[in-house]
Amino acid sequence: MTTTTEAPVTAPPPVAVRPAKHRYRWLIRVGSLVAALVVWQLLTSYDVQFWLNFDRLPTPLEVADDLTYQLGTSVYYQDLADSLRRILAGFVLAAVAGVAIGTAIARSRTTADVVQPLLEVVRPIPAIALVPIAILLFPSNEQGIIFITFVAAFFPVVVSTRHAVRALPTVWEDAVRTMGASRWRVLWSVVLPGALPGVFSGLSVGMGVSWICVISAEMISGEFGVGYRTWQAYTVVDYPGVLTGMLTIGILGWVTSALVELAGRRATRWLPREEAK
Amino acid sequence: MSRLSIDQLYVGYGPDSVLKGISLEIAAGEILVVVGPSGCGKSTLLRTLAGLLTPSSGRILVDGVPVGGTSGDRALVFQDDGLLPWRSVRRNVELPLAIRRIAKVERRERADSWISQVGLAGYEHRLPRELSGGMRQRVQLARTLAGTPRVVLADEPFGALDAQTRTAMQRLLVEVWQQHPTTVVFVTHDVDEALFLGDRVAVLGRDGRLLTIVDSPAARIEGADSAAARAEILSGVAK
Repeated sequence: MTTTTEAPVTAPPPVAVRPAKHRYRWLIRVGSLVAALVVWQLLTSYDVQFWLNFDRLPTPLEVADDLTYQLGTSVYYQDLADSLRRILAGFVLAAVAGVAIGTAIARSRTTADVVQPLLEVVRPIPAIALVPIAILLFPSNEQGIIFITFVAAFFPVVVSTRHAVRALPTVWEDAVRTMGASRWRVLWSVVLPGALPGVFSGLSVGMGVSWICVISAEMISGEFGVGYRTWQAYTVVDYPGVLTGMLTIGILGWVTSALVELAGRRATRWLPREEAK
Repeated sequence: MSRLSIDQLYVGYGPDSVLKGISLEIAAGEILVVVGPSGCGKSTLLRTLAGLLTPSSGRILVDGVPVGGTSGDRALVFQDDGLLPWRSVRRNVELPLAIRRIAKVERRERADSWISQVGLAGYEHRLPRELSGGMRQRVQLARTLAGTPRVVLADEPFGALDAQTRTAMQRLLVEVWQQHPTTVVFVTHDVDEALFLGDRVAVLGRDGRLLTIVDSPAARIEGADSAAARAEILSGVAK
């Protein structure tokens, strides 16, 4: 009927030209890590003391030994599972509540007037400072830890959701409304998907903060978990154990953040993006 | 198709009113084009007709019924970026059908039929950002008409396109409108576009009043000479 004279804008993705230069960069990255390990090994094995004291720190080899040993114990995995469960519960609750409340604040003036003063008062309090409240409020430490994790992740999600919803171009909503869409349809088909990129930036931050808080809460309340085990190792002067705990926390944090990042990329594929680095 | 009656329409308050005392009768199945200098309230008029803005006084009747808000019967077409960027071409066109609660299978069939009518068969799975500006406007046209609105309100839909694409889109619009007649209110600042598309051309003045309505002598006839009407409109705009 009609012929299309315009060609689509997308060209096939350019064939990756990755000469030796790229491999060279990887060498530098790996080399930098190895160099840091070597320096650590030298400083600790020679018990260097010049203002900083390296004599009591374990060497990387001792840490590696301890990690290998712990990987063979069931306690290690039990702690891992405890911490992951807490993070997951707190984070998922925070994501759901944060998106819902952030959207409500951005869309309804009444909700904003009722809820926002409360949030602004509570927000400056670091979640970890709520530990006493959590202990008083909740019947079990477990719930208290999840509460702390929830509070930590909640604020970044609320704030970024609110910003993302407020920043939506009105043209999408106008278009859908003049198709006869209801309020719920607008919310579901325009507001939430449109705000998703902003929501995910809040989720990324929230995941980072909730790890900080779950570990600290575990260290304080002593109900097992990686944080508890790390602090426990310190109190019994098991320094390789402390380092193993820290390493574990680092890897857990990294993996969970990467998962959030990945989910975010998949959910916002429609965004114009630069070629991947 | 619906008949629109605009009676003493004011939008905004006091001397700052954007529209002042607009009265217009638009026949069912007519294409009425609104022209005027930028900032004269053309878009405001359309958005008020759509129900997105509430008039401060006066009223709008659609087939004798006052407008009380937005409705799927009066669809708005935008200059650009009206498509939802996270939905593929097909899912964008399906949206008004989903809002009308049409079953999934039929939704898909109707959407694909509209997509091929605007010449985009084969592009169903593309995202809006993967299309050129002209193709995106084709999708918007398909999406708007898929909802079978009784009035189409177009806000400079071809304003961001190059001259060649714009001409192609004007022809497409006429072609589709002839097959699926509906009342169209079309805003543009291009007088030639106005005279080609419109049965009548309403000229808005800088102060938000309706200056004059000019009959297009050769609506939708290619290469017709409308010099007299053109001069009349331009003299109105210049006032």
